[in-house]
Amino acid sequence: MTSPIPSLKAAMAAAALTVLAAPVLAQDTSPDQLLSAYEAEAGASADLARGQALFTGQHTGGKPDTPSCTTCHTMDPRAKGQARTGKVIEPLAPGANPERFTETAKVEKWFGRNCNSVLGRDCTALEKADLIAWLSSL
Amino acid sequence: MRRFLTPLVLATLAMPAFAEDDYIRPVQHPLTQEECSACHMAYPPSLLPARSWSEIMNTLDDHFGEDASLGEEARAEIEAYLVSAAGDANGRRFRAAPADETPLRITDLPWFNREHKREVSTRMLERAGSMSNCSACHRGAERGYFEDD
Ligand code: HEC
Ligand code: HEC
Ligand code: HEC
Repeated sequence: MTSPIPSLKAAMAAAALTVLAAPVLAQDTSPDQLLSAYEAEAGASADLARGQALFTGQHTGGKPDTPSCTTCHTMDPRAKGQARTGKVIEPLAPGANPERFTETAKVEKWFGRNCNSVLGRDCTALEKADLIAWLSSL
Repeated sequence: MRRFLTPLVLATLAMPAFAEDDYIRPVQHPLTQEECSACHMAYPPSLLPARSWSEIMNTLDDHFGEDASLGEEARAEIEAYLVSAAGDANGRRFRAAPADETPLRITDLPWFNREHKREVSTRMLERAGSMSNCSACHRGAERGYFEDD
């Protein structure tokens, strides 16, 4: 009984490892990857200060109950926030919550909703890059 | 066994949906559970009639003052589920609101106010943040239990 061709065995082991390492959740990206992708789409570089100003500022273009990102995510995105229903929102800064900005579809869905609720329009690619740059720096 | 009992139980529950029992069947559809639980718990579909769920699912871009919109495929699938499990599904009568009204809130229904008016202190409400935050006061709410606690 000789063992099967060693290289096949190795390949199978590698394949098994790949499967294990593959994301269990739909995690398909990282804050850095998203940041580069939005910068590329915008054709410009992100700016932390602009991101901070957008996030912490009070806006008037959106829905009256949600004038700011901080309405729900608070002035400190490393802390837990609260939806208007009282439900807890886990921290938004990736430094405090490693699940953030790891799933493209989720990020796009919430940028879509929340920019519209707060600003009354979509965020631009550059604004998304600014926001991720600032949140990742915390 | 449970399967056979369900229609019977539901039939007896007509008025406030929980009169005989503190159990209200929770959402049984993974996509609805996922998409409708980010801002509040996913509410049990039997607490509103089909017309209410359809109205809610067709106005998600202005959902109680927020944008909760979804892609069309997910939106349609969730609407179909909620309608199929609504308080008046399968020919049942929904008695918690008049037939010519389309309530958008469970918390506006007369039974809801009756159950909560005297029982809920200002402090409880402050802690919960909103009457829509069922699970703040009913720890078993996500599993369908609204018993005293
Ligand atoms: C009305 C409350 C509310 C407001 C205002 C709000 N958010 Fe959110 N946000 C949420 C909720 C609820 C979630 C989803 C729940 C969760 O993932 O914990 C979320 C999720 C997100 C996510 C998803 C991140 C991820 O990868 O999980 C991003 C990005 C985000 N918000 C950015 C913003 C920005 C930028 C603003 C301001 C333009 C903003 N939010 C305003 C409530 C709000
Ligand atoms: C972006 C956040 C958000 C998402 C996502 C969301 N909702 Fe809501 N929902 C709210 C807010 C805010 C309220 C009002 C709560 C309040 O007044 O305290 C609400 C209230 C409700 C109510 C009325 C609750 C009551 O007071 O009786 C129903 C029913 C409801 N939502 C259904 C849904 C369904 C179905 C979905 C999934 C398709 C959904 N919601 C997803 C934010 C959201
Ligand atoms: C601020 C706290 C609070 C919130 C929020 C709340 N409830 Fe209640 N609820 C109570 C109290 C207190 C009672 C009366 C005591 C009891 O029966 O548990 C009650 C009673 C009930 C009952 C009757 C239970 C029985 O056996 O008599 C139901 C059903 C119910 N609530 C459903 C809901 C639903 C659905 C929501 C969310 C839409 C909700 N509640 C939100 C505190 C709350």
